[in-house]
Amino acid sequence: MGAMIRVENLVKKFGDFTAVDNISFEVPKGEIFAFLGPNGAGKTTTIKILTTLLRATSGTVEVDGLNPKTHENEVRQSFGIVFQDPSLDQDLTASENMDLHGVLYHVPGKVRRERAETLLKLFELWERKDALVKTFSGGMRRRLEIARGFLHTPKILFLDEPTLGLDPQSRNQLWTHVKRQNEADHVTVFLTTHYMDEAERVADRIAVIDHGKIVAIGTADELKQKTNAQSLEDAFLALTGSTIRDESASSTDQLRQVAQMFRGGRR
Amino acid sequence: MNAIYILWLREVKKYSRSRVQIIASLGQPLLYLLVLGFGLGPVFQRAGGGSYLQFMAPGIVGMAVLFTSVFSGIALLWDRQFGFLKETLVAPVPRINVMIGRTLGGATVAMLQGTLIMVVCLIAGFRPVSLIGIPLGFVFMAMIAIVFAALGTSIGSSLQDMQGFQLIMNFLVLPIFFLSGALFPLNNLPKALSFVTKLDPLSYGVDGLRAALTGSAHFGALLDAVVLAGVAVALLCLGAWRFSKIEI
Repeated sequence: MGAMIRVENLVKKFGDFTAVDNISFEVPKGEIFAFLGPNGAGKTTTIKILTTLLRATSGTVEVDGLNPKTHENEVRQSFGIVFQDPSLDQDLTASENMDLHGVLYHVPGKVRRERAETLLKLFELWERKDALVKTFSGGMRRRLEIARGFLHTPKILFLDEPTLGLDPQSRNQLWTHVKRQNEADHVTVFLTTHYMDEAERVADRIAVIDHGKIVAIGTADELKQKTNAQSLEDAFLALTGSTIRDESASSTDQLRQVAQMFRGGRR
Repeated sequence: MNAIYILWLREVKKYSRSRVQIIASLGQPLLYLLVLGFGLGPVFQRAGGGSYLQFMAPGIVGMAVLFTSVFSGIALLWDRQFGFLKETLVAPVPRINVMIGRTLGGATVAMLQGTLIMVVCLIAGFRPVSLIGIPLGFVFMAMIAIVFAALGTSIGSSLQDMQGFQLIMNFLVLPIFFLSGALFPLNNLPKALSFVTKLDPLSYGVDGLRAALTGSAHFGALLDAVVLAGVAVALLCLGAWRFSKIEI
């Protein structure tokens, strides 16, 4: 009872490559849960499985008590997501992107316009609302993605490295807003980030994932105690080592493409 | 319903904003119309076929609709690349509605483009035989547009990146155009060629347009309409199925 997200023995393979290797965790309702891990650790893959974009190879996944595989639309209704990479339509204006999102999420017209105005003002995009997104800077696009993610009021909010490329002001604005939503509406938040200070500031519990496996899970203090570290950053490095993993991210993508090509070819 | 409408509107908005693209896409049909139309005209006339411009104009309209609708479907690949596809795939809207919205949007854009070419044909000297034929012509244009927008969506859902694009262009879209009877009459063809043209859905589309606009047909308007409707249903199902299988 009370678990908004339940994952048991989840495995996701792309061909021979195991991106997510038998992980289990639960996120109770109203918790802010952070997923930390080096590049290519399996964070985004897990989010994609939870949000119906990918199908799990094996294991059980429940979002708000429902299986994303069999109850796609009900599950999709329950969450909002800010993606790691861009997902705006660059040939539309900021307002049009907001409006399209609102319609897709069944937000009634009046509420949609009011909320869009509030959010665009909050993230300082109101003056540029009628400009095409392709004329926006990287930071502005990011802010628009975030504003859009808040347009409907979901039960679960997935934030996949939401602060990537944001200035400190916008980061602060984002986390304040997330906290407020969490406290006022008991929105469950599932986030990933590379900024340890953010995780420590907002997350109730943190899971550290590496090579597709969860290596530690607990509050920031518990993680620090476990590793005898002064800061969360030290704890993180103690748990995941200090080798740089940038390569593994791109090779994962390559492997995925190869795997998809093969699958496509056989059909 | 709203989701279908907003995704349809998105396609139309994007089209109306891409003026450069609209003008660029007029280039190829114009080239065929003017160069072949006037270049082969005298030969066609001498062979007893009447006015070549009159003959090929419906074919060129069909071509414009074919290209625009297939590409609007394949534009799915751009949305995949630029990320917008994800936004529609996680939305709490049945995928079938997302697919229908996109396909109808693409078909509408293709019809607008076809209408534009039709106007150009009229300016070049093409004359429909009767005014009643024009609405019927639009019906056939719509059917061609839906058939090939659905085909484009099926292709776009199945490809991972733009690498397969040339392959599709050279081995699918161009043959569909050249084998459709847009440029030559379908009577008295060698057996093999005649057989292949009968398998090409665009043959029936162009024939229907020609029946509506010039009054002469190879298969007959009724058969054209029945075949196109059947193919449209089949391809919409295929597109919906492929679209529902997309993983990102």
